[in-house]
Amino acid sequence: MHLALFLIFGALCVAGALNLLLQRHPINSALSLIVVMSSLAVLYLLLGAEFLAAAQVIVYSGAIMVLFTFVIMLLNAGREERTRGSKMAYVIGFPGAAVLLALLADIFITHSGEFHRVHAGEYVVSTAALSGVLFRDLLLPFEVTSILILIAILGAVALARKEH
Amino acid sequence: MIPMVNPALRVLPEIILTLFGILVMLADAVMAKASSRKPLGWLAVLGALAALAASLWQNRLPAGDAFYGVVRTDAFSVFFHVLIAGIVLASLLIALDAVSDTTEGLGELFALILFGAVGMMFMTSAVELLLVFIALEISSISTYIMAGFRRKSAKGPESALKYFLLGSFATAFFLYGIALVFGATGTTRIPEIASAIAAGHTPAIIYIGLAMLIVGLGFKVSAAPFHVWTPDVYEGAPSPVVALMSTAPKAAAFAVLLRIVYGAFPLLHDHWTPILWWLAVLSMTIGNLGALRQRNVKRLLAYSSIAHAGYLLVAFAALSADGIAAASFYAVAYAIMNVGIFAVISHAGGYEDRLTLIDDYRGLAWRSPLLGGVMAFFLISLIGIPFTGGFFGKFYVFVAALHSGLIWLAIIGLVNSGIAAWYYLRVATAIYSRPSESSPVHSLPRPSLALLLALVITVSGTLILGIFPGGVLSSARAAAATYTSVSPVPSSSGTSAADTTAQH
Repeated sequence: MHLALFLIFGALCVAGALNLLLQRHPINSALSLIVVMSSLAVLYLLLGAEFLAAAQVIVYSGAIMVLFTFVIMLLNAGREERTRGSKMAYVIGFPGAAVLLALLADIFITHSGEFHRVHAGEYVVSTAALSGVLFRDLLLPFEVTSILILIAILGAVALARKEH
Repeated sequence: MIPMVNPALRVLPEIILTLFGILVMLADAVMAKASSRKPLGWLAVLGALAALAASLWQNRLPAGDAFYGVVRTDAFSVFFHVLIAGIVLASLLIALDAVSDTTEGLGELFALILFGAVGMMFMTSAVELLLVFIALEISSISTYIMAGFRRKSAKGPESALKYFLLGSFATAFFLYGIALVFGATGTTRIPEIASAIAAGHTPAIIYIGLAMLIVGLGFKVSAAPFHVWTPDVYEGAPSPVVALMSTAPKAAAFAVLLRIVYGAFPLLHDHWTPILWWLAVLSMTIGNLGALRQRNVKRLLAYSSIAHAGYLLVAFAALSADGIAAASFYAVAYAIMNVGIFAVISHAGGYEDRLTLIDDYRGLAWRSPLLGGVMAFFLISLIGIPFTGGFFGKFYVFVAALHSGLIWLAIIGLVNSGIAAWYYLRVATAIYSRPSESSPVHSLPRPSLALLLALVITVSGTLILGIFPGGVLSSARAAAATYTSVSPVPSSSGTSAADTTAQH
């Protein structure tokens, strides 16, 4: 059951990600992103991270995607123009990505014995444990994130303001 | 037993900078639209001075962790904190000199410099990769934004966009590296990674994780072959911002690289030394050969900064306490002379870059003996001629390489220093040749108090490093000493609680 769900949603996630890149209209890409995010939520659920799965759906598939679609509509973004792409992407990018994928796949397959194994559904991470990590062990990075958001807002205002 | 220290004191410089950043931002919002924003710059200078004092004061704290083993203050973090605070101080002064009362977005610029410095400082004291990542993002995003501040010129937005795209790409590498290292060791705390590797049975993905961390940081320090963004970004960004971003984020990224390779992966040095060896050789060679062909001064200095990143990486490849000390010393020497030369460029060219080509600088020394002399002085230091900081920087780096038996690396470095002398001297010759009637250096603005302060800081810094390097060198040695005692035992304070939750 777990394996079947994993395979289905794993495949859906990868397919959604590929479709996101291949689509030429931004709205289609945004919709593919929803598929990716939601499939990821199911994968989190399979790993026993209930809270994370719910947060993923609410925050990413919900709030952030609504924002994306709003921006696309406000900017009235149309179809992308098809370009030939950069030469670097073909010469270095695709072979590089392929080599990396092959390398990682090779290591995961040949060295699979070195990893600790858990079965899907074996652990359930409680919200209490999660908040222990987030608000105690990683309190400082959590707080420092607010500075990151602050400069992002500041920069958006500074760069988008009308010139006078 | 380490006495308890209030955790807030371990992040005191960061807190001070954040408060001043918020203050500048709020004051900017309530000030009248037409009023000059320069007082905000002086407020930011005050903040940088306070952070500098706080960083120096942190030297008196016993070395140790805070916030459950997320940050560590030790001689190493204090060394780089002081350096970053100093660079930020000088850059703010340079910005105050270059801008006019009507320059747009000044309040935001000063606030972003302070906030960016918070990120850079956290990078040097973080021992938790997640905090390193967030700090790296703060430092990077603030520089992306500042690179695009000259919105009227076409080059400004182009430079910001290019920097943003390539920088995000590099960040993704860094994050993937963290994920793989976490997958291999089960932790993101730097000391715990070291002990997990020491305990053995680490899956092989750790090598790919380590390589990705190095690639991500290689982008940030603009080491070849990850350097392609550098010339375009330096050309498009305002000169005071280039003074900051060619030095402070790089020093912070080098500090992170030192923490990662020596703090987390000392046992895998057989694997990372060759990577850094090649990065060093490529950066030195590509940087110097690229600079030979440049006619634009900022692009030339961009390639020169790539080459200097290469010299610094030579010290990394030299595996010894000497290597860390040499790298730290070089970071200081490079930062001071580079900020100094950009102080002159930013004053002569202004915020809008009136002087771009080497030919535009023709006769600078005739027009203003002070500016011309100072610029020539920094060029001499960049070449690495004795009695300047650049000389001892290179000297310690190559000595460290020779002590570690990296003869070839030292030879390649020395040959490169010779090539570099050519293009630096080309600029120096232009400064001292007689100006033509139409030369743009005839309309130099009067040096302001802020510029004079920045020049005093950088010139005296370069001279002190070149004549009495002992003080900074002993601090660099003390910083390096925090690594020679890297033990395979997990750090003591505060991490036990983290362990139990991590193993759930």
